[in-house]
Amino acid sequence: MEMTEREQRLIVAVSPHVKSEESVSRIMWSVNLSLLPALVMGVYFFGPKAALVTALCVITAVLSEYLFERALKRKVTVGDGSAVLTGLLLGLNLPASLWSFHPFTVHVPIIGSFVAVVITKQLFGGLGYNIFNPALIGRAFLLISFPKLMTIWIQPTAAFLGMDAKTTATPLGILKEEGVGKLVEVFGDKMNLYTQLLVGHRAGSIGETSAIALLIGALFLLFKRYITWHIPVSFLGTAALLAWVFGGKDPQTGTMLFFAGDPILHLISGGMLLGAFFMATDYVTCPTVRKGQIVFGIGCGALTMLIRLKGGYPEGVMFAILIMNCFAPIIDRGFKSKVFGAVKVKETKK
Amino acid sequence: MSNPGTVSLKDQFLNGIIKENTIFKLALSLCPSIAVTNNLKNGIFMGAAVLFVQVMVNITISLIRKVIHPKVRLPIFMLVISGWVTVTQLLMAAFVPDVYAKVGLYIALIVAFASILARAEMFASKNTILPSMADGLGMGVGFLFALTVISFFRELVGKATLTIPTGLSTSHVITLMNTKPLLIMILPAGGFLAVGILMAFFNWIDSLYKKDRHASH
Repeated sequence: MEMTEREQRLIVAVSPHVKSEESVSRIMWSVNLSLLPALVMGVYFFGPKAALVTALCVITAVLSEYLFERALKRKVTVGDGSAVLTGLLLGLNLPASLWSFHPFTVHVPIIGSFVAVVITKQLFGGLGYNIFNPALIGRAFLLISFPKLMTIWIQPTAAFLGMDAKTTATPLGILKEEGVGKLVEVFGDKMNLYTQLLVGHRAGSIGETSAIALLIGALFLLFKRYITWHIPVSFLGTAALLAWVFGGKDPQTGTMLFFAGDPILHLISGGMLLGAFFMATDYVTCPTVRKGQIVFGIGCGALTMLIRLKGGYPEGVMFAILIMNCFAPIIDRGFKSKVFGAVKVKETKK
Repeated sequence: MSNPGTVSLKDQFLNGIIKENTIFKLALSLCPSIAVTNNLKNGIFMGAAVLFVQVMVNITISLIRKVIHPKVRLPIFMLVISGWVTVTQLLMAAFVPDVYAKVGLYIALIVAFASILARAEMFASKNTILPSMADGLGMGVGFLFALTVISFFRELVGKATLTIPTGLSTSHVITLMNTKPLLIMILPAGGFLAVGILMAFFNWIDSLYKKDRHASH
């Protein structure tokens, strides 16, 4: 550990000596703020439906947290922004097509938000006690419960003017079903594909499409030191490496070509950036030790690519992070830092 | 454990349903309560099979309790249980083959149910026939009740239908809603959710009654 000047001074008092201005609610509201660019881009591309779905999630999350805490006579913690964050993250992870009355699917975001806040967070004891990322459990619950509704993707921008939008497949869906050749064909050429993915002009969940908007939010969080580089870099690095090594396919025969994959395509498509910067870094459900966070990130990246390349789903970020959430406590135990001055006692065999 | 001899038969019967409900209170035998309860009919037949085995095992053990040497009692209990489970299996395979095709594996697993061996060991081997029978009936009905409630809840929420058995081989399927149901509830993950939610619900109701009893004293 590095010693700062302040720590080197001799202080004789009970710790903590330096109090920070930071608090849970301040951090939560900052993360909410950092997601705004992604939300704005989502609304721009997918129209008012995107805003309505997200608003529905946020309102349900806040309401269910409030009602549950009132019902159990706990301290009401709606003001700390964590319920808003859960709702916002869940909303950004849903397709905008869920705002529809024929067929009636408006209840879907409400159920997801309720599951995220009440079952995943409050039943385990509230903020800080949950094992899994609430928003991701909400989404996993919905994806398993409504597999069809959860994969109806609106064609971007076409949705902006009218409420009736054409539906289409996500880039990862095309990649899985028809290969990279078809994907490039749909977007014109490779450069166009990259630009469209960076800007977010593609089908997908509301908040995951615009890589630039997500990176702006992530840079803000990194700059404020609310998140550190460890998880995102190891997550994205592992995924990029695996995408490069195993992601290539022979266009004719469909067999795997080593070292021929497209890491950039995999990084900026699907929910990779949203997951790596905003979901995997959730304080409660990721390891607290730095080395452990790197292991956590590597695990997330490897599982994501395993699901994307070999699994049944086109996208694997959600399940990868949820699986690694289970391992967070054990990773933390493995990388426990030594207590300063402690001597290792030899275990005596009985 | 209630003290045998001082409790009435009725209380012994009710004990297994409310105070020591296998699933909602003791949290035992959760395997079938999750595996077979995605359909009301399967849940009811599974519960009935357990009820039958529990009662017959309790009666048998109570009958032969004086001739069992304490050192070999557990193997003997297991023999009796597996004997009655085999009887149940053959009966179900003969009379309700469609249900047996779905829950057959779990019928065989009744042999390993902690709840059945526990009642044989703790109650039937120390009591006369009538209390043992009441105890077995109570535990079995409690289990049947729990499985019925869980499977009712899961099929209703997960498939929006209810399969009500109208006879041994006939059943009536009611479709309740036209909306898309919560598919996860008929999957194993939903089984855990359903058992957890219902367990919390029954314990909450129980706590309300306890409060009343304390208040009236």
